[in-house]
Amino acid sequence: MTEKLLINALENEAIYIFREVAAQFEKPVLLFSGGKDSITLVRLAQKAFYPAKIPFPLMHIDTGHNFPETIEFRDKLVAELGLELIVRNVQDSIDQGKVKEESGRYSSRNVLQTTTLLDAIEEFKFDACIGGARRDEEKARAKERIFSVRDDFGQWDEKNQRPELFDMLNGQIQLGQNVRVFPISNWTELDVWTYIENEDLEIPSIYFAHKRDIFMRDGLIWSASEHVFKDDEEEVEERMVRFRTVGDMSCTAAVDSYAATIREVVAEIRDSSISERGARIDDKRSEAAMEKRKQQGYF
Amino acid sequence: MEVLKIATAGSVDDGKSTLIGRLLYDTKSLTDDKLEAIEHSSKKKGYDYLDFSLATDGLVAEREQGITIDVAHIYFSTKTRSYIIADTPGHVEYTRNMVTGASTSQVAIILIDARRGVIEQTYRHFFINNLLRIKSVIVAVNKMDLVNFSEERYNEIKADFEKLVEKSDYEDQNITYIPVSALKGDNVVDKSDAMPWFGGQTLLEYLEKLDTVNIYNRGKMRFPVQYVIRPKTEEFHDFRGYAGKVYGGDINVGDEVVVLPSETRTKVKEIYFNDKKYQSAARRSSISITLENNVNVSRGDMIVKAKELPRIEKAFTATVSWMDGRPLLPGSKYTLQHGVNKVIAKVSAINHKIHPDFSGVENDVSSLNMNDIASVSFQLNKPIFFDAFKEHRTNGSFILIDQQTNNTAGVGFIE
Ligand SMILES: Nc1nc2c(ncn2[C@@H]2O[C@H](COP(=O)(O)OP(=O)(O)OP(=O)(O)O)[C@@H](O)[C@H]2O)c(=O)[nH]1
Ligand SMILES: [Mg+2]
Repeated sequence: MTEKLLINALENEAIYIFREVAAQFEKPVLLFSGGKDSITLVRLAQKAFYPAKIPFPLMHIDTGHNFPETIEFRDKLVAELGLELIVRNVQDSIDQGKVKEESGRYSSRNVLQTTTLLDAIEEFKFDACIGGARRDEEKARAKERIFSVRDDFGQWDEKNQRPELFDMLNGQIQLGQNVRVFPISNWTELDVWTYIENEDLEIPSIYFAHKRDIFMRDGLIWSASEHVFKDDEEEVEERMVRFRTVGDMSCTAAVDSYAATIREVVAEIRDSSISERGARIDDKRSEAAMEKRKQQGYF
Repeated sequence: MEVLKIATAGSVDDGKSTLIGRLLYDTKSLTDDKLEAIEHSSKKKGYDYLDFSLATDGLVAEREQGITIDVAHIYFSTKTRSYIIADTPGHVEYTRNMVTGASTSQVAIILIDARRGVIEQTYRHFFINNLLRIKSVIVAVNKMDLVNFSEERYNEIKADFEKLVEKSDYEDQNITYIPVSALKGDNVVDKSDAMPWFGGQTLLEYLEKLDTVNIYNRGKMRFPVQYVIRPKTEEFHDFRGYAGKVYGGDINVGDEVVVLPSETRTKVKEIYFNDKKYQSAARRSSISITLENNVNVSRGDMIVKAKELPRIEKAFTATVSWMDGRPLLPGSKYTLQHGVNKVIAKVSAINHKIHPDFSGVENDVSSLNMNDIASVSFQLNKPIFFDAFKEHRTNGSFILIDQQTNNTAGVGFIE
């Protein structure tokens, strides 16, 4: 038996939040994208409930434009840990005529995800959706609560949020409302990477430097793929890159990198002069892009 | 790494957001793309300087009105420690958001506009910081560039604030004064050339050296049970783990404990963190424990050491800070959440309203409105297990939830 438990404040806070979710809600779900933040969440949830299993399913809203490496990774993780996974597809929402595929140069399915997500919440009657958003990612996210109440339409009323005092979390809601829960709100990107390194967590290969066909647009490195619109003038070249976030292929830009191990990735993040979201094409749309998407129910 | 949580306070436009932006900038925490965005927006607004408040004012309405509406949490780190700063709104209307930001912080920075000096909002914010027992308060006299970096003006303001401090009953509080210019960066991270008369530390120097270990009075060990873990697998067939966070002191294997409310005595058998067992766990650890005897424990129960019983009562008086648009009325009922335990509370009396400017109390009050602070007595449907707030920060506070809207309507500090 080890003597005294040494604690990591952020990890302990996250475990506390997971336990509050399990105790206060009837049908929670963990929104799983296959990215580093949701992988971290799964690890924290395991720790929160050991030796019992994680008492809620994972759900992936699949845009159909994900990196294949992420999907492979997702399925492997779920199988290894014996977790329940629900997948809902943006393609279905398109086929049902609920949303319309964007077209042209900056087209992406990123915004369309919201409809699929809200439909799935209604289908399963989820009352709490756990996500890996962090306050340091973006300045509208810096305003988020840990328990963030959404109305029937999934909307975020950013100017009228419940006060959160000390560590008391109020999960009481009306019928039709649900709560978005952010257990790693107070983590920075570097905290997440350091955690992944310390816990020796497996992550999708696209987080490490690899050779990829890319093209340049607006100073960002785009993946050359059938899912990404490309002009004929935009020239494809092969380059050593990696990804700092794994969103949709159409809205996630790569960064130049030779970081092949987790240790090198951590070192790179520590010295980086660009923020994580600096490589998110969806945020470049406007200064208020994230706030607008959040109001409409986006994660 | 160690994390220091800081809350800002001060009236509208005193420069809280600017100060935080400046801290980020001077500690090289703003990445190129964020800096570019600030340069771009500042230019668009026609400023000939960088408006650092744009780094934290994340909502459209905030940028349009140039004020902060809701708390933003900002992160940066130095070689010494990590910081989380709550950028709180200065507007009176948003005082509740300021209380929220301060409740999770260990240090407060109160800003004062050097031109305006100590004003009503300063009183109010200092009062709230006292109410929340924030031990270290930094008074940053800002916009020194607009008063020609005058030592005399600074001393005047400092003397005014010291008069306020005399009225406070919180004797252990440490108060530090620093003249700064958030906009120009004087005494924020780097020493000011314009104020050679100031011999003290810069804001960051002070924060870096602050002792975080002894910030709070510890209080006794309290272990509120959040969740019961019953795996029901073959390997852990009879396992019953009580999951929760440790508050106050340490918990150890073998400790004689009492489970409340049943008052059953037993001993701590095992302490788990994930799949590992430990001999002892300190405050703030999210662990699960097993007990020697097979006692009935559920969420909301509290495990304490046998010789350290808390108060177990159905009625008490608390200082309440009201945060809801619907007023608090005598006789009305609320869900009272004390840690993770919920009971029903009836307001038996509003004893008096407390003026947040240290000028005394007002009797014969018939209701509490948003942002009011008052002494209120409650009657509960069943007892809770608490300490006075002054002795135990977490076990002495609670929130009130409106039973119709489910909103968090107020926060209370038990006397
Ligand atoms: N000259 C001068 N101007 C300053 C200084 N600090 C802030 N300002 C200006 O004061 C104005 C208000 O600053 P903010 O940082 O938005 O004030 P705030 O305290 O965050 O205001 P609220 O969040 O609305 O309560 C802005 O125009 C700043 O540029 C300073 O040190 N010197
Ligand atoms: Mg502000």
